[in-house]
Amino acid sequence: MTTPTLTRPEQRVEELERVTIRFCGDSGDGMQLTGTQFTRTAAVYGNDLATYPDFPAEIRAPTGSLPGVSGFQLSFASTEIYTPGDAPDVLVAMNPAALKTNVGDLVETGLLIVDEAEFNAVNLKKAAYSSNPLDDGSLAKYQLIRIDITHNTEKALAETGLSVKDKFRSRNFYALGVILWLYGRSLETTTRWAEQQFKRRPDVLDANLKALSAGYNFGETAELFHARYEVKPAPVKPGVYRHISGNEATALGFVAASVKAGLPLFYGSYPITPASDILHELSKLKSFGVKTFQAEDEIAAVGAAIGAAYGGAMGLTGTSGPGLALKSEAINLAVMTELPLVIVDVQRAGPSTGMPTKVEQSDLLQAMYGRNGDSHVVILAPQTPSDCYFMAIEAWRIALKYMVPVIFLSDGYVANGSEPWRIPDFDSIPKLEWKYATNKGGFFNPYERDPETLARPWAVPGQAGLEHRVGGIEKSSETGDISYDPGNHHRMTMARKERVERVAREIPPTEINGPDSGDLLVVGWGGTYGAITSAVNRARGRGKKVSSLHLRYINPFPPDLGEILSRFDKVLVPELNTGNLVWMLRAKYLVDAVPFNKIAGQPFKIREITGKIQELLGESGPYELGFAPASGLSGG
Amino acid sequence: MTTAYSVPIDNGSLIGDDLPVYTRKDFVSNQEVRWCPGCGDYGILAQMQKMLPNLGVRREDLVFISGIGCSSRFPYYVETYGFHSIHGRALTLASGLKVTRPELKVFVITGDGDGLSIGGNHLLHAMRRNLDLTVVLFNNRIYGLTKGQYSPTSEIGKITKSSPVGTTESPLSPIKIALAAGATFVARTIDRDIKHLEQTLDAAARHKGISFVEVYQNCNVFNDNAFAAFTDKEVRQDKMLYLENGKPMRFGSNNEHGIRLNGFMPEVVHDVADDSSLIHHDTTANPVLASILAGMDYPEYPVPVGIFRAVDAPTYEDLVSEQVAHAQAGGTPDFNSLLRGGETWVVD
Ligand code: SF4
Repeated sequence: MTTPTLTRPEQRVEELERVTIRFCGDSGDGMQLTGTQFTRTAAVYGNDLATYPDFPAEIRAPTGSLPGVSGFQLSFASTEIYTPGDAPDVLVAMNPAALKTNVGDLVETGLLIVDEAEFNAVNLKKAAYSSNPLDDGSLAKYQLIRIDITHNTEKALAETGLSVKDKFRSRNFYALGVILWLYGRSLETTTRWAEQQFKRRPDVLDANLKALSAGYNFGETAELFHARYEVKPAPVKPGVYRHISGNEATALGFVAASVKAGLPLFYGSYPITPASDILHELSKLKSFGVKTFQAEDEIAAVGAAIGAAYGGAMGLTGTSGPGLALKSEAINLAVMTELPLVIVDVQRAGPSTGMPTKVEQSDLLQAMYGRNGDSHVVILAPQTPSDCYFMAIEAWRIALKYMVPVIFLSDGYVANGSEPWRIPDFDSIPKLEWKYATNKGGFFNPYERDPETLARPWAVPGQAGLEHRVGGIEKSSETGDISYDPGNHHRMTMARKERVERVAREIPPTEINGPDSGDLLVVGWGGTYGAITSAVNRARGRGKKVSSLHLRYINPFPPDLGEILSRFDKVLVPELNTGNLVWMLRAKYLVDAVPFNKIAGQPFKIREITGKIQELLGESGPYELGFAPASGLSGG
Repeated sequence: MTTAYSVPIDNGSLIGDDLPVYTRKDFVSNQEVRWCPGCGDYGILAQMQKMLPNLGVRREDLVFISGIGCSSRFPYYVETYGFHSIHGRALTLASGLKVTRPELKVFVITGDGDGLSIGGNHLLHAMRRNLDLTVVLFNNRIYGLTKGQYSPTSEIGKITKSSPVGTTESPLSPIKIALAAGATFVARTIDRDIKHLEQTLDAAARHKGISFVEVYQNCNVFNDNAFAAFTDKEVRQDKMLYLENGKPMRFGSNNEHGIRLNGFMPEVVHDVADDSSLIHHDTTANPVLASILAGMDYPEYPVPVGIFRAVDAPTYEDLVSEQVAHAQAGGTPDFNSLLRGGETWVVD
């Protein structure tokens, strides 16, 4: 397969710094694949980029229905970018339902590409359109490009002998071909990928490549577009790159930690959106000695991880918010028995079942305080997909060294988002420290603490002379026997708390984006990193004294945090919840931090953070998110 | 870069010439036993401590894991590794431990509330997976530690603190559940027949795969004599059916009664000369006959005790370890190549 010639001589080529595209269609239309393939092509070309898939809630909603729409947004640029873009410049809508649910986000005058064949009476009805939007003038503010993708694909595949239904399945490759042409990209990356992917289905491979190339040639010959666009490569660091999603990076980080510790990894988990991919990834890595255990429920998953930890392995469990709630009693058992345990919570919109496929950061206070008794655990939060790798290793470093449970608080945005990743040097990561207790003869006290870390000895079964009993009941600090002694309980509780606090001694200095003092500091955590950084950089571009910092260590906080907060006049804390971190900051540092909250199941847009920054700096009046109050809610 | 495949503990072979000679005392911990005087738990502890020295397992390779309840204090009293976990979850810890440390001998101590109520789900799944664990369920048909509420094995109509005019729930049969979940070793014994108790614990501990032992245990404080009608020495021979592999199902002080099948129903025959009694085969893979036995209850039938089922099947942890070994057959994997696996591109 050769790539067709690139441009007609008269074709105008416009250079752009950044483009945001959203592919959307029925969940059966292969939009995730289309988006991913364009992403790969852009990455190999050298653009910086960020992606965000938006899955439908239903696995198989009726074809053509509104709940069945699946989307994939990516932003690619010739400069460094941090988010998949606020609003798409280009929307590819494969059917009326996809148009209806997505067109509201498209920028005015944005490019709107539709498969016009799909705008038939049946599909329009399914999408609750009373008239055809392609004809009724309602899309006038966009550059509407109507392409008969369905029939063009059928024609291109006429010779293949495939059924009409099978031909229909290649439409997404046709659409991809059109977009690749539009941005002057070669078909090579997709072709190579397809050759691998459909190795065993030569008929499917042939159909997809024919559709791809037909779409490309259509762009070339149809003269529908005013111009083609070029987005030059971004100045990125030299190195070997790959794509990484947050969940993949999390799984890789845990295995990296296992290799660096020289201990086997055990993962107990119960399938739950959006954490299941970690289970899928780890179950493939048996060659690294990883054992995965698909438990009968969330409690069994964490219980098994604690059992593995008790036996001297790296016991790991993963879940999302509802599962963290179910695990809380068992996490406390690990708190009490002081075993190394890492718990992943890939947060999603709650409460209860909430919106499983949608993003939210509303489990921080649950992670912090959602257990009975005075229960202290370490909490870490990765801020980007690739950061999951480093923080997963860090979670294990801390758990093993301090004999402490660590909650790894990811979120759906970080977990499902992906980015190009300069593959880091694995050999330079230091070995992870741990030690098993050894028999020194005489009495063995399972709670004799290390004076530096306050960790208790890890006395694993199989060693003569260290036989002992642990459990959820309070134990004597002197003997390890059950103890109801008042002073002992006070001492043990304080020791468990202090052990968590001592982790702060090793937290590196907090990185500040911008000057280390000024008018406003924006503080965030988790997946809001990109939107906050972009908005703050833009504000500084306007000459404002605004900086930001992103907390990857939440419990304990970095030791320099209080002092940094005090150097700014105002502190703004944007979060995808009703105020979790802001509450902790106010409580701990007595700082009048201002919350900024969005609970929509969607990430922050840069412009929303910008709006709030402008309000706080007095550049504009009060800023409100654009959600109209539901009728009745506002009290008339 | 080497990779850890197993926990780096060097505890030698499980059974070797160098196995110390243990006595019962070696398995008695320094903890003061806190059960009520006269509790059936004492007998179970004593028989366990008597059985362990002869098991052929080093003391440090034994682990006792329990949940919550009177029975769950058991690990404190056995001088080896013990984990007194949380209510209902002992089996989950045992599962994770056994998968990562297959060489350990792991006992799970539970009760009718811990194992069948709050932890019922885990019991089902540990059984169907066939982890090599020995589960001893102390069935006293009452909640003892919380001072006398009815349990999932309490008989319907039972008057307790939480059912002052009688319960309205049918009880579960632990043996039926074990058989339904596919447990490879299923047995029942009683706290008052210490010889049978010790033999049953020993057989269970030697079984490779999940072994489930229901012990009828008397709670003399909150449910005294719950089983006395058939476990008392004087009536035992006539009211209980001791199952023995390869032997006809006969009972009575002179073996004058037998059990035979009438269609799918067991029936009692009272004739010394009758030779139609069923022969007990605990190794039969098909659990149907064992289930029929499990359905026999006092007073209609003699209460069967002994091994209902003992069949061979691969254990969960062995199958998992085999998959790992298979994945590692190609040699030590390199993490750097894992990082670079899949599609990469170079920026110069
Ligand atoms: S309450 Fe019953 S079961 Fe519990 S220790 Fe006392 S007698 Fe034994």
